[in-house]
Amino acid sequence: MDLFDNLMLGFSTAFLIQNVLYCFLGVLLGTAVGVLPGIGPTATVAMLLPITFNFEPVTALIMLAGIYYGAQYGGSTTAILINLPGESSAAVTALDGHEMARQGRAGPALAAAAVGSFFAGTVATVVLAVAAPPLADVALRFGPAEYFSLVLFGLIVSITLARGSALKALAMIALGVLLGTVGQDIYTGTPRFTLGQRELFGGIDFVSVAVGMFGIAEILRNLENERTRVALVGAVGSLWPTAEDRRRIVGPILRGTGLGAALGVLPGGGHVLASFTSYAVEKRISKRPQEFGHGAIEGVAGPESANNAAAQTSFIPLLTLGLPAHPVMALMVGAFIVHGITPGPNVINDEPALFWGLIASMWIGNVLLVLLNLPLIGIWVRMLRIPYQVLFPMIVLFAVIGTYSLNFNAYDVYAIAFFGLLGYVLIKCGCEPAPLLLGFVLGPLLEENLRRALIISRGDASVLVTRPISAVLLALAVAALAVAVLPSIRRRREVVFAEDE
Amino acid sequence: MRTLSRMIAAIGAVSLVAACSGNDGTSGGGYPEQNITIVVPFSAGGPTDTVTRMIADPMAKALGGKVVVRNAEGAGGTVGAGDVARAQPDGHTVLMHHIGMSTAPALYKNLDYQPLEDFATVGLVTEVPMTVVARQNFEPATFQDLVSHVKANAGTVTLANAGIGAASHLCGLLFQSAAGVKLQEVPYQGTGPALTDLVGGQVDFMCDQTTNTSGQISAGKVKAYAVTTPDRVKSLPDVPTTTEAGMPQLRVSVWHGLYVPAGTPPEIVQKLSGALQAALADQAVIDQMAKLGTAPVTAADATPEAHRTHLDEQLKTWAKIIADAGVQAS
Repeated sequence: MDLFDNLMLGFSTAFLIQNVLYCFLGVLLGTAVGVLPGIGPTATVAMLLPITFNFEPVTALIMLAGIYYGAQYGGSTTAILINLPGESSAAVTALDGHEMARQGRAGPALAAAAVGSFFAGTVATVVLAVAAPPLADVALRFGPAEYFSLVLFGLIVSITLARGSALKALAMIALGVLLGTVGQDIYTGTPRFTLGQRELFGGIDFVSVAVGMFGIAEILRNLENERTRVALVGAVGSLWPTAEDRRRIVGPILRGTGLGAALGVLPGGGHVLASFTSYAVEKRISKRPQEFGHGAIEGVAGPESANNAAAQTSFIPLLTLGLPAHPVMALMVGAFIVHGITPGPNVINDEPALFWGLIASMWIGNVLLVLLNLPLIGIWVRMLRIPYQVLFPMIVLFAVIGTYSLNFNAYDVYAIAFFGLLGYVLIKCGCEPAPLLLGFVLGPLLEENLRRALIISRGDASVLVTRPISAVLLALAVAALAVAVLPSIRRRREVVFAEDE
Repeated sequence: MRTLSRMIAAIGAVSLVAACSGNDGTSGGGYPEQNITIVVPFSAGGPTDTVTRMIADPMAKALGGKVVVRNAEGAGGTVGAGDVARAQPDGHTVLMHHIGMSTAPALYKNLDYQPLEDFATVGLVTEVPMTVVARQNFEPATFQDLVSHVKANAGTVTLANAGIGAASHLCGLLFQSAAGVKLQEVPYQGTGPALTDLVGGQVDFMCDQTTNTSGQISAGKVKAYAVTTPDRVKSLPDVPTTTEAGMPQLRVSVWHGLYVPAGTPPEIVQKLSGALQAALADQAVIDQMAKLGTAPVTAADATPEAHRTHLDEQLKTWAKIIADAGVQAS
C-alpha cells in the first residue's frame, strides 16, 4: 500500500505539465546525441547542467535523466544502420543489427530494439520502485576483488561474441586490454605508452576506437567489391518484424531485462557488462547459434533490452546512497547540490516527491521514447537507400566532427584513421573488432580493480578466492573459458583426424 | 590538447577584444565594457563550479555588467588556469580556482604559469571544510583513538583518496605527516568511487570535503571523527575540530579565490574585489553556502592583499609536504 501511495505521489509529480515537457525534451535530446556518433550523454549533460540551475530540482533531474537513458536508446540506431556504435553497449547491437540492415531487415532490427528497450525500461522502473534500497546494499558488497572477478568473467564471456576462432577472439581481447593501458597510470601518474605525446596522456578515446574499428573499417570493406557497394542495402524488406521475429524476440527480451536490471545496480561498471553478457547468453542457449553474427534478431533484442534495463537501474546507487555510478550521475550529484539537496541516503525520506517523481518520469520517458522512435524507423530505413558515393563521405564527416567535438583533440581524429585501417586489416585476417573493443573498455577496469584489491590486501592475491562473491565469479570465469575453448580444440582434432584418413 | 584549447582561448579572447573595442577606455572608468567571463577550471556541477555560479549573479549586479561562467577543465585545473594567465589583463577574464592553485607548482613538473607572478589576486571566496571519515564499523571511537590506532596498525590500515593531487589526497598527506605515520594509500578516480568503497567498508578511512560527506555522515553511513577547520561546522555540530581533538597541524580546507591575469590595472582589481565583497554579503549566497556546509569569508579576507598573503603561505606549506611525500602528478 505504501508503494502505491508513493507511486501516486510520483506520478502526480511527473505528470505536471512542465515535467512532462522537460522529460520529452530530455529524451529527445538524448536520442539525438545517441544517434550522432561522438557526442555522448556526458558532454550533453555537462553543457545543459547550468541551464537547469533555474528549474525546480525535480524538473532538472527528470530532464538530465532523460538525456542519459534517451542516449542509450538512440545509440542503437546508428549502430544498426551504419555500424557506428557511439557507446560501448551499442557495439554489441551493431554485430547482428547491422548484418540485419545489410540484408534489408533494418526495420525489424530497429523495431526489436525499440520494443525491447521499452519493455526493459518499464520493468526496470518497477524494480527501481520496489527494491532500490535492498539492491543498493547488495551493490555495496562489491569491492575491488569482486569487480576484478566480475570483469574477468565478462571478458572471457566476450569470446562468444566472435563468429570464428576462439583463439583469435582471445588475442583480440588481449590487444584491446593492452590498448586500454595507454595513458597516465592512475596510481602513480606515470605516463604509459604515450610516446612522449601529451595528447595521449588521457588515453585513447573510446569513440575513436569504436568509430574506426566498426564504421571506417566497414566502409573500407564495402569499397572492395564493386557490385555490392552501389548502395549499402539492395532491397529494403518489411519495416515491421514478422510473426516469426516476434516469437523469437520474446525470450531474449525477458532474459536481457533480468540480466541488465541486475548488473546495472553495480556502480563499478556493471552496466558496461550488461549488453554483451546478454548477447553471450542468447548465443549459448540458442538453437541456431550459427545465425549469430549473420543477422540473428535475438542478438539485437536481448542486448538492447539489457542495456536499457541497466541504464535505469544504474540510478539505484545514486538515488538510494547518493553515490554516482557513471560520469552522468556525478553531474547529477552536482545538480542535487546546486538545488540545496544533499545527495545521500536520506534523499528518499527527505524529498519523497523528488525521488518518486523521478522514478515515475522514467516510465513516462520510456513511453515517449517509443512514441518518438517507432515512427522514425521508416525515415531511418530510407536513409540506407542513399547511394554510397554520398552516404560514405557523410558518415566519415559526421564521425570526424563528432569525435573532434568531444575534447577538441586532433589526436582523436588521427586515431579514427589509424583504427579504421587496423580494423580493416584485422577483418582481412579473420579477427573481429567486437572482442577488441570490449577488451579496450573492460581492460582498464580490470587493472584498476586488481591493483586496488592487491593494495588493500598488501599484495596477498588470495583475497580473490577467499571472498565468496569473488570466488564464485572466478569459478564461473574458469568454466566459461573451458566451455569456449574446448569445442575449438575438439574441432581442430577432428580436422587433424580427417586429414589423416 | 592543451596547446589547442589554449589557441582557441587565445583566438576567442583576441576576437572578443577586436569585436568589442569600440572605445579605447583602458583606465577602468568604463569597466566593464563587455561581458566578464569567470573561468572555472573544473567541470560543471562540481563544488567549485557551484560556488562560482552562486556569486556570479550578485557580482554582475554590483558591477553593472554581465558575468558568464565558462568551464575549462583538465589536468587538475592547470589547463583553465593557464588559459587565464595568458588572457588580456583587462579584467574581463577572471579565474576561480581552489587550493589547487597553491599545490600545482609542487605537483606538476612542467607547469606553464607561476601563481604569484602570472596572476593578480582579487580576494578569497569561501573555505570548504574537510572531514576525517571512516567506514561505519571502523574500531576507533574518537579522533584521538584514530591516531593511536593507525600508529599501532600502520601496516594494515588503508587510507583512501580521490586521486593524485585531489583535496582528499592532500589532506591525507597532511594527516600522515602530522601523525608521523606512513599509511597504505588507496587512490580512486574521483570522490564518488572512493566514498562508495568507504560506505561499503572496503577501505578504512579518508578525508574529504563536507560537500561530499555530510549526507553520508548525517545518515550514519560513515563515521565522522573531526572537521579540519578552526571552528565547528554548522551542519555537523557534533563533530569536533582537529584542534579540539589535539592535532591543530591538520588544518586544511578547500579554499577558493578569484584571480585576474597579472598586469590588470589595480583600480579594476579593486572594483572586482568590491563586487566580490558585495556578493559574499548577499543573504541568498550565505544561505546557499550554508547548505554546502560552508560560509563566505569575511570582507577583510575577500581582498587582494589577504588573498595574496594566504596564497603565498599555502604555496610554501604544500611545497614542503608534497616534496616530503615524493608525489608527482605531471
